[in-house]
Amino acid sequence: MPRIINIGLNHETAPVALRECLAVESRNVQKALGLMRSLDVVREGFFLSTCNRVEALFVAEEAEEAKRAVVSLLSKMGSIPVDDFSSCLYTYENMDAVTHIFSVASSLDSMIIGEPQILGQIKEAYLQSTREKMSGVILNRLMHKAFHVAKRVRSETDICGAAVSISYAAVELARKIFHTLEGKKVLLVGAGEMAELAARHLLTNGVSSMTVVNRTFERAVEVAERFRASPASFDEIEDQLLVADIVVSSTASPECIITREMVKKVLRKRRNRPLFLIDIAVPRDVQPEVNELNNVYLYDIDDLKGVIELNMAQRQDAAVKAHRIVQEEVMKFEKWLKTLAVVPTIVSLRNKVEAIIQAEFGKSRSALDQLTPTHRKAVDVLIRSIVEKVLNDPILFLKGKAGRSTLNDYLDTTRKLFSLDEGDESSRTETLTGNGPC
Amino acid sequence: MTSMWFILALCFELIATAGFIVFIVKQQKWMFSVSYWLLVVGFVFHTIFLGCRYYSLGAAPVLDLKSALSFFSWSIIGVYLVIQARFKLRVLGSFVAPLAAFFMTISSAVPGTVTPVKPIFKSLWLTLHVGTIFVGNALLAISCLAAVMYLIQERQIKRKRFSTFYGRLPSLATLDNINYYAILYGFPFLTAGMIIGSIYAQFAMGVYWQWDPKEVWSLVCWLSYAALIHERLAVGWQGRKAAIMSIVCFSLLIFTFLGVSLLMGGYHSFGNMGGR
Repeated sequence: MPRIINIGLNHETAPVALRECLAVESRNVQKALGLMRSLDVVREGFFLSTCNRVEALFVAEEAEEAKRAVVSLLSKMGSIPVDDFSSCLYTYENMDAVTHIFSVASSLDSMIIGEPQILGQIKEAYLQSTREKMSGVILNRLMHKAFHVAKRVRSETDICGAAVSISYAAVELARKIFHTLEGKKVLLVGAGEMAELAARHLLTNGVSSMTVVNRTFERAVEVAERFRASPASFDEIEDQLLVADIVVSSTASPECIITREMVKKVLRKRRNRPLFLIDIAVPRDVQPEVNELNNVYLYDIDDLKGVIELNMAQRQDAAVKAHRIVQEEVMKFEKWLKTLAVVPTIVSLRNKVEAIIQAEFGKSRSALDQLTPTHRKAVDVLIRSIVEKVLNDPILFLKGKAGRSTLNDYLDTTRKLFSLDEGDESSRTETLTGNGPC
Repeated sequence: MTSMWFILALCFELIATAGFIVFIVKQQKWMFSVSYWLLVVGFVFHTIFLGCRYYSLGAAPVLDLKSALSFFSWSIIGVYLVIQARFKLRVLGSFVAPLAAFFMTISSAVPGTVTPVKPIFKSLWLTLHVGTIFVGNALLAISCLAAVMYLIQERQIKRKRFSTFYGRLPSLATLDNINYYAILYGFPFLTAGMIIGSIYAQFAMGVYWQWDPKEVWSLVCWLSYAALIHERLAVGWQGRKAAIMSIVCFSLLIFTFLGVSLLMGGYHSFGNMGGR
């Protein structure tokens, strides 16, 4: 019985320096698969390499030998001695390996649970594996099931529901206030990495125009150019507050730049249009009391972090449910895998019957030749349906025994009953000897 | 026969309400569809019931508390079905259906009066008068519900404490819009209903206006809504203030509808309509 084995390392088991060495460029996945193919012990192989994980998933008869070969393959590819990274490796076998790959595909094993990129990366890696003809019966089924599980997890749980980064949380809140960001105006006060990231997210989500304000006008012009926004001088903040819908602020100023008085003054002129202020600066740029004004919503960095923590907790809850889905699918896969052991016997049973039909047809050829083609066809259909009916019960019986400890006895009996092991097909003997309980 | 339609309508509306509540908790789309169609079926039965009553009475079935409540419930569902077809906002049903079912349940609990209908009520004017008023009332009821939803959502965003409602309720802008447009469309119906009523009074009693308590309170409601619309259009009121104001206005309206009719007498009161 072939074994499914997974060897790899991820962001939890290995430091980034090591992952860098092993994480290969996408074109090298091809190389890895090529090397894997050259190993005789590996029957099917799949190689995944992202910035957070490097995994080899393969099917082999001789588990220990194959594991050693794959580990030395990893060391060859990363040019590091085996001893330097063997402690960071994890190895899963059979159903543990299936569980692992299902969890990875469902983004349960990711650094940020529920992030959607991993599924695309796995699909890409699988495509490579099929292109290199390294994927066979077991891996094909396994990977398609993995995609299926990922889809189920995504649609049945809230795992990728709420935002888990500051800028996404800001966009999400803006949506809850304005419904759509289209046609809304953003005012960017000061510029820091995080503020620019938030601004970028707002822009990609449909915000129509942006104005950049900075203490030094040159800097404002520079940032504005990058976002195709319009610059404005620092004294214009109050005028800008009149037109803006969303304000993102992150200056290094030690005192508040936007005060309650200032916002209160513009509110009536704004005809009470809602104003959403995002204050990413530390110390804060916007007076906290601004939040008390009607139709004004102020979120500082801690508030946003609070939102994210909440969303993270929500994802953790969803992950519990997702693990249950994974377990469910692993059980289904295990059932399928066990029927594989029955398949060779069923195949040789059918082969034998087919051979008998052909032989008997040959013997009666002279008599049958006198029939019209329609009659001949009818005879053919008749024979085959009788044979199908006779075979149906034994086949169902064998499939029903798949996974039981007594399976081998039944297989043996079947082979003896129909004397399937006589003759020259080598595959028959192979299946019998290879049927260890798994 | 007629009461059978009433019971069917009541049952379907109650089951639909339960479905809508399960929907807002579980967030399953099929649950919404099931509840929605249950409500539609309930509405159809309700319509048949009202039709039968209209036929047997020869006048609009609004002359006692039982009928008026059921008619109000029917209008709310009708207006909701139109709005739902237009806006496709699933969560709205979870607020509207309970309100409609609530009025319907009270209606079923109140004993009906069996008195002959006065000839003065057997007039198309009455149907027009209550028809327009109730469509207006139903729209204003929905604006009030949107205001409640707005206040729940606004409170969460303002206080930065998010309950399960946060994800289930739509954005503030959407809720404010529903609140605004429901009033904007409801108000003309209310106005038209009051004008029709006064013309009807002129025909039936020879006076346009006679300071009946219901008339006075209706005027108060009308003025409050007019003030709210004015503030919205002229000053740009929106959000929280407008939401609170529309809830206050609707409370006045409910008082005018129920409180005045039951407590204050006058020719609009149910007691006087029954012909006693």
